[in-house]
Amino acid sequence: MRDFLRAYPAEAKLLAVLVLLVAGLSVASPEFLTLVNITSLINNNAVNLIWAVGLLVVLIAGGIDISFAVGASVVQYLVVSALIGMGGGGWAVGIALAMAFGIGLGLINAGLIHGFRIISIVVTISTFNAFFGLLMFFTSGKSIYSLPDWLSRPIYLWELQTEIGWADIRLPVAVMAVCLFATWFLIRRTTTGRQLYAFGDNPEGARRAGINIWLMQAIAFGWCGMMAGIAGLMQAHITKEVVPNALIGRELDVLAAVVLGGARLGGGRGSVLGCVLGVALVAVAQNGLNLLGVSPYAFKMVVGIIILAAISTSNIDLAAMLAPKRRDRK
Amino acid sequence: MMDRIKQAFGPEVPGLLGFLLLVVVVFGVTAPNFLTGANLGSIAFQLPELGILTLAMLIPIISGGFNLAIIYTANMAGLTLAFVLMQFGGVDAGVGPFLLGTVLALLVGALSGAAMGAVIAYIGAHPILVSLAMMIFLRGLGEFLTKGGDISGFPQYLAVLGHGSFLGIPVPLILFGLCALAWHILLTRTRHGFAARMIGSNLRATTYSGVHTKRTLVLIYTLSGVMCAIAGILMLSRFNSVRVGHGEALLLVTVLACFLGGVDPFGGFGRVVPVVIALVVLQVLSSGLNLLGANQHLSTAVWGLFLVGVMILRWGAGRWKERKRGRV
Amino acid sequence: MSDVTDLPPAIRFSKVSKVFGGVKALQDVAFEVGQGEVHCLAGENGCGKSTLIKIITGVYQPEPGTEMELFGERLSAITPNVARQMGIAVIWQDLALFPEMTVAENIAFETMLGNRPRFVDYGALRARAEAALARLEVSLDLDARLGTLPIAQRQVVAIARALVSDARLIFMDEPTASLTQAETDALLAVVRTLSARGVAVVFVSHRLAEVLEIASRVTVVRDGRLVGVYPTAGMTQGRLTELMTGKTFDHQVMARDTSADPVVMEVAGLTRRGEFRDVSFQLRRGEVLGLTGLIGAGRTELAHVLFGMAAPEAGRIVLGGREVRFASNRDAVAAGVAYVSEDRLALGLIQPQSISDNAVLSVLRRITGASGLMSPKRQEDLVAHWVRELAVKIGKPGDAVSTLSGGNQQRVVLAKWLATEPKVLILDCPTVGVDVGARAGIFRIVRELAAKGLAILLISDEVSEVHVNADRVLHMAGGRIVGEYDPRATTLEALEAAVYA
Repeated sequence: MRDFLRAYPAEAKLLAVLVLLVAGLSVASPEFLTLVNITSLINNNAVNLIWAVGLLVVLIAGGIDISFAVGASVVQYLVVSALIGMGGGGWAVGIALAMAFGIGLGLINAGLIHGFRIISIVVTISTFNAFFGLLMFFTSGKSIYSLPDWLSRPIYLWELQTEIGWADIRLPVAVMAVCLFATWFLIRRTTTGRQLYAFGDNPEGARRAGINIWLMQAIAFGWCGMMAGIAGLMQAHITKEVVPNALIGRELDVLAAVVLGGARLGGGRGSVLGCVLGVALVAVAQNGLNLLGVSPYAFKMVVGIIILAAISTSNIDLAAMLAPKRRDRK
Repeated sequence: MMDRIKQAFGPEVPGLLGFLLLVVVVFGVTAPNFLTGANLGSIAFQLPELGILTLAMLIPIISGGFNLAIIYTANMAGLTLAFVLMQFGGVDAGVGPFLLGTVLALLVGALSGAAMGAVIAYIGAHPILVSLAMMIFLRGLGEFLTKGGDISGFPQYLAVLGHGSFLGIPVPLILFGLCALAWHILLTRTRHGFAARMIGSNLRATTYSGVHTKRTLVLIYTLSGVMCAIAGILMLSRFNSVRVGHGEALLLVTVLACFLGGVDPFGGFGRVVPVVIALVVLQVLSSGLNLLGANQHLSTAVWGLFLVGVMILRWGAGRWKERKRGRV
Repeated sequence: MSDVTDLPPAIRFSKVSKVFGGVKALQDVAFEVGQGEVHCLAGENGCGKSTLIKIITGVYQPEPGTEMELFGERLSAITPNVARQMGIAVIWQDLALFPEMTVAENIAFETMLGNRPRFVDYGALRARAEAALARLEVSLDLDARLGTLPIAQRQVVAIARALVSDARLIFMDEPTASLTQAETDALLAVVRTLSARGVAVVFVSHRLAEVLEIASRVTVVRDGRLVGVYPTAGMTQGRLTELMTGKTFDHQVMARDTSADPVVMEVAGLTRRGEFRDVSFQLRRGEVLGLTGLIGAGRTELAHVLFGMAAPEAGRIVLGGREVRFASNRDAVAAGVAYVSEDRLALGLIQPQSISDNAVLSVLRRITGASGLMSPKRQEDLVAHWVRELAVKIGKPGDAVSTLSGGNQQRVVLAKWLATEPKVLILDCPTVGVDVGARAGIFRIVRELAAKGLAILLISDEVSEVHVNADRVLHMAGGRIVGEYDPRATTLEALEAAVYA
């Protein structure tokens, strides 16, 4: 326990807040701690979490990616168009295509960042505009409603009838679990993952140690792109349609959740657990407010306050360092 | 001459003016209606909204931060004015309520900025995160207050602000010009502007030098909020309505315009004049493409590609200079 | 050493040249180190030492024509990977460690290198880290995040990292700069052990006493050229300084009797828990009061309190006869206290900004006109005045301050603070990163300022510096003032013995 606190201070704090929140909501709302509610929470946040772990890898490597949600829209459109062109396809082809297109978009970012020494925020804001503009231009903003049958049919992995309705777990949750595990494995268990941390932590030190910088950028942004692509396909699967401007704007919400989960803007810190907790905190807060009968328009306001409160308490140490310390007590 | 321009307005100015000329010539030749009064007029009416929002983004970036809440701050300020006007009869509201509403709107902008600045300065939280949280909060608050709808039906005289001209110059453009001038003076001739640049490069060293960096940071975000409020009021008068989320797509375009105008993404360096020229380039690009039959989305794409292109050219110029120095 | 063994030398480089943007950083330098030899590379900042190390370790590529030989093997090009495979490790001055990673990961980092992904074996990682620390005979918490460790322990981690890679040749770039005497002694013992096991160590240090104690030969570089290679037997510190700078120096004590001058600042019983206790002293008009002690003695912490960056928990500060309480360093500046930080790169100056803007940062109000706007003319005049007064060598006032040499940067810092017209000037290690040759110039300014009546608190970990330049010397250890010395009545050796005891 002490080791956990020391290794993951931000995550531990967040976990405590989440536990309190869950406990409070369980008491306040009888519906909250039901299987139906919990499973729907999980189903509804699978896509966000896939994005979150993708973005996490970029943040760990010291970069930032604004373009991933728009990238997901591009991948959605490309994959579904390709599938329709092929006359249907199947899950294997669909996921492979989504991963390939996603990695491609990520590598465009990585190439611009490394090749021309432009910082990632400038590059990804550019590609954010370019991806979205080109997508809207070439599609004329038209949505695709006639998805291949296998893609639009919900797949239930587990279901159970309860007194208040069906509780189920759907395919995107399994995909999310695989993505989470893969990301955890990459960053915790492989040498490449540790190099990503080192590179984000001290780029010059990493360079001197002989780490291949281009490879780091390519893996970080390629991974983020790949996750974005997979999330995009899952989103299409869930909503049974491809709307080119449906995902734009989600990037900042995901960014907020990931940073809330302890990832540091500037690199070197962050964990998959933190991503889960960050996304969960926002989701549980919204869900709880909904169950408590608060106006849906008020959710977001409260979420903003929660994030502000969380960052205000998590950075106290830094503030103490900068401030002229305690005034004379007398 | 060139050196004096560079010294006074920034080294990016000649390059950006070159781009502007190129873009104007290309569209002048290819788009028949490009060099007409009507088109230039429409550019002059469209530019100020994005321009004022960009100014709101500029100072936080120079201080090494960000303000991702600009759009919703502007929306909230617009809402404030709209509420006041509605209280006093909507279409029939007099000038008095308008002035009251304007003051309150500016106050709302200043307050939301000051709150962000205080968290950033006194708690040391990352500006991207703080302003992101503020953005989510304000969006929620705005949607809560309006139930997601829009408010419209304002007095006639507001059209002067949004669509009128004074001595042949569009009123919004005059407003933008005044804002840009104020920002230029703030950054080049005032202690707070000076401190903002220094904070952008090294906060702790600036504090060690005896500058009240916390107060400066609060002020930077407060001023950014005030600028957002001005943009919000302008948007209200141009669309004759207020809706939360209006101008959402402009958020990252303002960042793009700052970078295009040579503002250092790490903070510490940035000037108003090149940013204004960058804004004109963006607006001209968009309007020219529009005349050629492309829609706004293609312009968005071109803006993104244009920024990448300019960054690559700057990189190339840097390498070329290095190599030239190497040969001496 | 190398001439009595049959083994080929660890390093044999000759005709080494390197040009950066038209500037010849190295010109036709030769460098040879025998296996198992402890060798010293000496020279002023900017003489080309670091460039030479970076060429040998493959970070930079030298100009064509350079002859490179490592352990008897002729090489046409070196990359960081080749150097590592040849058994070369570097401990950089800035350590190049990863503060967010654990101690174990930092030490055994090289096991995680390579482009092909492998599984991380945390057990083996810890074992290797532990073994390396055992060779150094120190123990550290392997799971602690590196960033939470004090600098001296990070240094130990950096050395352990070099040992992990079974290096046959280790470069140590200023390894003792932040160590206490005891830690330095331990490090020197490690270096001897390594040498006895056949590992060559190249030492780069500005602490000449250490260099002469540990190394068998010294290669001196000046202005990118080789001055010569000398055995350390029979070499003195003075002679070595002359070789490095090309100038002659004498150790002449400047102290005067200032006991009759009026007291400007009086400190009584000043305490801050965990930092320093019961500190009392008087600082007089025109006096240079030296304050020396090891790293960790509480010197910089004391300076921070005197400058209002932190509040004392007990005790008082009397300035010009009145007790003062600083809520922030702005109050201190207003009361006439100025502080030149020991960390010029991060705190003293804003490196990317211009010389001119740095120089006026502390007096923005003074260059502001009645209109509330700053006057470029006043700024220009003020900067020109101080550039002249302190003889700062600059190109244009608009150039980035980072383009200046260490000595000139320090003059800009002084200009910034002198512009506030202080009564008390605190100098915290003012010659860190300043060339031996340029230090004299800084101290000439200090003496002149004292002569004009400024009260100066000179903090330094170089005992000889305060011995020469201070009127009185306070010795701080463990957070307390433990002794006061008169340089005229105390020899340098006696003072050093007291401080390093």
